[in-house]
Amino acid sequence: MTTGKLPPLEFELPLANLNTQIEALERQLPSNPALEQEILELHKQYDNLKRSIYGNLRAIDRLAIARHPQRPYTRDYLDRFDPNWIELHGDRHGVDDPAMVCGLLKLGNYRVLIVGTQKGRNIREKQLCNFGMPQPEGYRKALRCFKHAEKFNLPIITLIDTPGAYPGMAAEEHNQAQAIAYNLFELANLKVPIISVILGEGGSGGALAIGLTNTILMLENSVYSVISPEGCASILWRSPTKVQEACESMKITAQENKDLGIIDDIIEEPLGGAHHNWNLIAKTTQNYIIKYLDKLNIENDIVEHRTRKFRKIGCFKD
Amino acid sequence: MDLKDWFANRKKNNETAQAKQILSTEEYCALWISCFQCRELLYTRDLRQNLQVCPKCHYHFRIGALDRIEHLSDANSFCETEANLISSDPLKFFDTLSYEDRLKEANQKSGLKEAIITGTCTIQGHPACLAAMDFGYFGGSMGSVVGEKITRIIELACDQRLPLIIISSSGGARMQEGILSLMQLAKTSAALKKLHDCAILYISVLTEPTFGGVTASFAMLGDIIIAEPGARIGFAGRRVIEQTIRQKLPADFQTAEYLLKHGQIDMVIERAKLPQTIANLIDLHSLDCNQPKPEAIAKTPLKIH
Ligand SMILES: [Zn+2]
Repeated sequence: MTTGKLPPLEFELPLANLNTQIEALERQLPSNPALEQEILELHKQYDNLKRSIYGNLRAIDRLAIARHPQRPYTRDYLDRFDPNWIELHGDRHGVDDPAMVCGLLKLGNYRVLIVGTQKGRNIREKQLCNFGMPQPEGYRKALRCFKHAEKFNLPIITLIDTPGAYPGMAAEEHNQAQAIAYNLFELANLKVPIISVILGEGGSGGALAIGLTNTILMLENSVYSVISPEGCASILWRSPTKVQEACESMKITAQENKDLGIIDDIIEEPLGGAHHNWNLIAKTTQNYIIKYLDKLNIENDIVEHRTRKFRKIGCFKD
Repeated sequence: MDLKDWFANRKKNNETAQAKQILSTEEYCALWISCFQCRELLYTRDLRQNLQVCPKCHYHFRIGALDRIEHLSDANSFCETEANLISSDPLKFFDTLSYEDRLKEANQKSGLKEAIITGTCTIQGHPACLAAMDFGYFGGSMGSVVGEKITRIIELACDQRLPLIIISSSGGARMQEGILSLMQLAKTSAALKKLHDCAILYISVLTEPTFGGVTASFAMLGDIIIAEPGARIGFAGRRVIEQTIRQKLPADFQTAEYLLKHGQIDMVIERAKLPQTIANLIDLHSLDCNQPKPEAIAKTPLKIH
């Protein structure tokens, strides 16, 4: 499921329309060779339009790509990083949250733990995973696995793709806030290198709960924000139609997060988005992770490196 | 205005208010308030004297950071830290108003420079670091300044080996600072981990309301967690949860008492008893009493058989 026909996103519509036009003319070509020149011209137009559309993506377009139903999810990366990866289950206190996937695997020459949020591909999976929104038990499962990795000196990679932590009655009763806070508390002091990659949506505290890491990478079309653009629009503008304004104001794109000094690097996606080529984006992501693991290997105080990074974040007048 | 002046001015104002006889309607309204819970008409001065707690139903009204500090710390013991730390507008954020204008508005409404005041003080004689959030400034939201002031007071507690008390009251992260606000969760939690490793007591006091990013970071990381009666505390807001699960939540959902029942906090303490409770807790954790004296160790005979 790497290429093939995908329904166009809203901003891709002009491109799709032009393509339909070209295909129609191409069907007529055998009976009307005079169309050849026109078709060539339209192909040129198509390439120009493609460059201009994908070269000028707005934040809200990237949000659509980040949420694309065919965007590769955590499990798709795991399968491609190491087909023999071994999954670890459960928080050891009664629950296994499928929205948080944990596994041991080989990544190049490294043996690592990967922990990531999982959205679910079909309706059943989506329901089981709460559309990628972990329960408190999911965060506690992640923490149990972090401790495991620390014990055996395995670097940790977290893959983030979540609208946020699940807002439910049981989630509150089981202390969602504490689960997130406690992960931050413990992540700050883990003695192994940790890298996080925002694959799609980096939604608020639910993303940060596995995102307090030495190195933060973002896929080119992923987003990272303090609240969902929809939530921001409804609170600040009191209007669900102001999502685009919220996207622009909050500075949610990879480039903006890099400019603000939050993330370390941006992983380039295939033209049009990661959903166009799963194998390619998995390979590129793997290469980036290995490059940054190599860099972290020469840090002599990995905890200090991590805490110093977050200690510096903030903008104020003193 | 210096904090000491503020406390002094307020005393003066209270006295002059008492001396006044004839009142305009406006002043009359300012003097009376209907209890949010039992609807009883309360005289604001009585309410103030009762620490903003309804004498009839014990509803705990929100109180500001300055009142909180005055109530908790011994008279004239509070020394403010980082008083001059103020917000900038890193994202040039603009919704229906610019962030800069909203900051000015928050300042005019509350008289505060930010949603938190930090400092050192004594609490019934026990030296401590104290931070109090103020919901009246920007909904007590946490942006860079709140995150930085919390972090610095944690670091001070670490350096000076003083117990730390943080009184939370917040709607969560400040959206106008975008991702920088979110990162304050990480910064404050990481600082608390260091405090934890120094074995210094941190008491978190949750007051009406404490939500979102504040709950999901320092507020839930207390060695001891206290909440005020009736305070609403949670991660997600009630409305968001009801929309997600499409069912009505119980009336007492996310109240201090509900959290106590579900094992999330240590105790619910009424406002009047807060200073004594905190002082007792500090006393029960003073390390000096716990450590065995050197001569006691030497006297313990080694048994080798
Ligand atoms: Zn009342």
